[in-house]
Amino acid sequence: MESLYAITTGVLSACGLYLILRGRTFPVVVGLTLLSYAVNLFLFSMGGLTTDGATIIDGKTTYADPLPQALVLTAIVIGFAMTAFAVILAMRARGDMGNDHVDGGRGRDEREENRR
Amino acid sequence: MTLLWIALLPLLGVLVPAFGAGLRRRECSLATAALPALALLLMLAEIPALLDGETLRFAVDWIPSLGLELAFRLDGLSVLFNLLILGIGLLIVLYAHYYLAPEEPYGRFYAYLILFMASMVGIVMADNLLLLWLFWELTSLSSFLLIGFWSHRSDARKGARMALAVTGAGGLALLAGFLLIGDIVGSYDMDTVLASGETILADPRYPLTLALVLLGAFAKSAQFPFQFWLPHAMAAPTPVSAYLHSATMVKAGIFLMARLHPALAGSELWTLTVSLIGMTTMVYGAWFALMKTDLKGILAFSTVSHLGLITVLLGIGSPMAVLAALFHIINHATFKAALFMGSGIIDHEAGTRELSRLGGLRRAMPLTAVLTTIAGAAMAGVPLFNGFLSKEMLFAETLHTPILGGLSWLMPVLATAGGVLSVAYSLRLVHAVFFKAPKQAPPKTPHEPPRLMSAPMALLAALCVLVGLFPSALAGGLLDLATRAVLLAPLEFHLAIWHGVNLPLAMSAVALVAGVTLYALHAHLRRFLRGFKPVDARLIFEASMQRLALRAERLLGRLDNASLQRYVGLLLLASLAFVALGLGRMPSLAGDVPQQPVDGVLLTGAALLIFSGLATVVTHRYRLISLLMLSMVGLLVSLTFARFSAPDLALTQLSVEVVTIILLMLALFFLPQKTPRESSLPRSLRDAALAGALGMAIASLNYAVLTRDNASISDFFLDNSVSGGGGHNVVNVILVDFRGFDTLGEITVLAIAGLAIFKLLNRLRLFMPHSDTEGRLWCPDRYPMILTTISQALLPLALLVSAFIFLRGHNLPGGGFIAGLITAVALILLLIARGVEWAQARLDFPYQPVAITGVGLATLTGLGSWLFGHPFLTSSFGHFHLPLIGDFELATAMIFDLGVYLAVVGATLMILANLGKVTTPHRPVKDDAPSTTSSGKEKR
Repeated sequence: MESLYAITTGVLSACGLYLILRGRTFPVVVGLTLLSYAVNLFLFSMGGLTTDGATIIDGKTTYADPLPQALVLTAIVIGFAMTAFAVILAMRARGDMGNDHVDGGRGRDEREENRR
Repeated sequence: MTLLWIALLPLLGVLVPAFGAGLRRRECSLATAALPALALLLMLAEIPALLDGETLRFAVDWIPSLGLELAFRLDGLSVLFNLLILGIGLLIVLYAHYYLAPEEPYGRFYAYLILFMASMVGIVMADNLLLLWLFWELTSLSSFLLIGFWSHRSDARKGARMALAVTGAGGLALLAGFLLIGDIVGSYDMDTVLASGETILADPRYPLTLALVLLGAFAKSAQFPFQFWLPHAMAAPTPVSAYLHSATMVKAGIFLMARLHPALAGSELWTLTVSLIGMTTMVYGAWFALMKTDLKGILAFSTVSHLGLITVLLGIGSPMAVLAALFHIINHATFKAALFMGSGIIDHEAGTRELSRLGGLRRAMPLTAVLTTIAGAAMAGVPLFNGFLSKEMLFAETLHTPILGGLSWLMPVLATAGGVLSVAYSLRLVHAVFFKAPKQAPPKTPHEPPRLMSAPMALLAALCVLVGLFPSALAGGLLDLATRAVLLAPLEFHLAIWHGVNLPLAMSAVALVAGVTLYALHAHLRRFLRGFKPVDARLIFEASMQRLALRAERLLGRLDNASLQRYVGLLLLASLAFVALGLGRMPSLAGDVPQQPVDGVLLTGAALLIFSGLATVVTHRYRLISLLMLSMVGLLVSLTFARFSAPDLALTQLSVEVVTIILLMLALFFLPQKTPRESSLPRSLRDAALAGALGMAIASLNYAVLTRDNASISDFFLDNSVSGGGGHNVVNVILVDFRGFDTLGEITVLAIAGLAIFKLLNRLRLFMPHSDTEGRLWCPDRYPMILTTISQALLPLALLVSAFIFLRGHNLPGGGFIAGLITAVALILLLIARGVEWAQARLDFPYQPVAITGVGLATLTGLGSWLFGHPFLTSSFGHFHLPLIGDFELATAMIFDLGVYLAVVGATLMILANLGKVTTPHRPVKDDAPSTTSSGKEKR
């Protein structure tokens, strides 16, 4: 189970990183989101993978590690804020520069028009 | 404590003119002078204690880990310099009162001037090397402001920049020198440093230390080869020149050499370097002073020359030489400040400083003529004036202290040469301005300045004469104190005008006679020199600066090509290298914890997750499909959390997922629907290889952690959650209680992100396509009936659920984050179904205050615990009994959680509703001419 989990995390990270390396803003934002999922899974697993563990204190003996959960919970919300900011920034960049290239696309405007 | 006030009062004085700009000039000048005057009086009151042989100290720790103390001392040397800085500073304030034109911003000018004064006082009183350095840099900065005060003039800007570059670079060298001293001695405390002269001299790093410190001092005091900045700093208003370049800033380097004399001097290296550089500077400056035709230019080079003179004396370093150096510091400050003021008056009243356009001014300005003549005579070293005394002492010292072995005769000869030149340029200054018949009339008809404007000059000129006549009575006591501070031992000396007929007197006589002759001949000399091409130090300096900037730019351009892809690529490559290095060092990847078995559900889940992740990448050029795939990943991640006993996470992930996908869809509406195929195949393969390698590294890391035993600190939270936090849901208790500070920071970030997005969307104009990529028009039914009905019905239900989730959060899965997200999702659904306008008419409140209230509420909860004497964010809880309802629990953590709830709702809606609003004003409707082209034409 552990190896399966690790492989999944690795594949998701690789997918996210590949998209982050693209040249247009939207795939980069999608890649960031994908990477943050992977990172969250990674961080979450730092407490070990607990099946049927308790998170509510009611006298049971096997508890899931609550600390990574709390950290990941905030990470999820922060990740959302970051995604939102990045995508709005991308919109603004497109509005101000007329294209959606990550580098602001100096001289690439025409190409975008032709290819779309 | 008094010491602190002496140093602090001028610093506080900076505020007076800065805020007193509304005052009339008279009041402003008086108010400006008040605090420095008070500091001067305070210092004078301390002198009796000094006479008893004490050194006064004041110290408070500032940054102990760096060895930085806020430490001040008052000894004879500080008193001498403080007298010059504060005394002449006050005269300058009076002078500037008349000098500045009425429309000039005198408040700002005074503020700079006092800032400079305060930093100089700091230098001379600092009892800690680092503190001294701090003030040292402050003088560089404030003098930059002062020199560039007339910032509309190009020469002022360039002069200021040059002064800052030279003295600032010198300051860095000085810092390095101080750090070395601190390393050798083991302390930055002034007394310890001064007492460790032998240790420093014996250390192998001594030459380097000395070179660095002298570099700083020479740059500041305009010693050869850094003399070039001083004449260009003359672009400053004359009060500034009179202050900075006579009494203070350029003396800072001299002061430093005097202050560190016990620690650094006494080696042959010191003597040779310092005295030779000083001698070069002295002769060089004197020569150019004779050649200049601008009044202030002459004074600037003569200052360079006199600074050289003092440096020679400090270099020689015998007790009498030190005495002479200190004496000349006083003398030079008095006559040079007077001369600068005189040149300012002439400039002010005659409209020019060019010698060729001046002449015969003694009739129009008799008082100024007399005062300038007195100060000029002192500068030339005419007997019965103060300059004569210290110059004689220089001659005597160069004769008595052989430092060049067989070439020792060179020093007195060069000193006499300097003396000759100094007589010649002083004579020229006085004669050409006041006595020679004018060649052409000056631009303005000259007349005497206001009486109070000459008063400071008159006072200084009187001092020149009085000190010249009664040296022991007027300067003896002060010099006694100061030499004691420099030599760390009392010195027997007697200042007298007449020492009998001896060699120094003969040298003086030679200097006088030869100087007068030289002036008589200097017209011929000038004619001869006209054949040489003049070298403008400023052009050389500017050219080298520009070359430097150009090279830096070229280098930067090579490193930074403004491509995000490249930066990210390099960053990933670097992290891959580090991770690979770490993994390579591990004995084995797998740990000793046995793996748990895999079942069918897990396998299916993992396969789906991997599939959807890959699908997101494969379809990334078709953005909508890619987004759908991404949402699948999100949902599966949420299920993963649920599977591994994290209900809170599953709920959060689920609601965030909904919000994220809605947001991305909305954004996609404004962005191109497809990504063009841009990357070449090799490039795609390269990126894929990099991403794949990193993915493998991450998987390996994850596997390595998962198969090892992990002892966690969570037991503490599990044990204390109920007893300490009053909640059974440990995750929520960690969020709102144990690690509440983190959460506070996090909701602050969330609110800030919301605000930033709000600003980014402000006045954003984007084109909106009429149709999708296939050319199909959008659905004409904007608000589908089923969706509107359901969303409206769902809203109260969702709010109820969110309230429930919120309330139970402390003890069961839920809490502020999840409840906030649920509320936000319900509201967003309504916005989608009915449109922003409809919703706004009914839910008319701005979202920014909601988010800010949330953060504020959480902060206040934290602050509230202070009222009860507990640390920030301490929570408290209690159980209460209400009839009918029963027992229930109240915790302050709940108020905190309410803050979290509000912040999440506010920030989320701020992001989404504002984005939604962008669509409304000019959203294409059905009536618009339908576009049939495959791509919507951009209308912006």
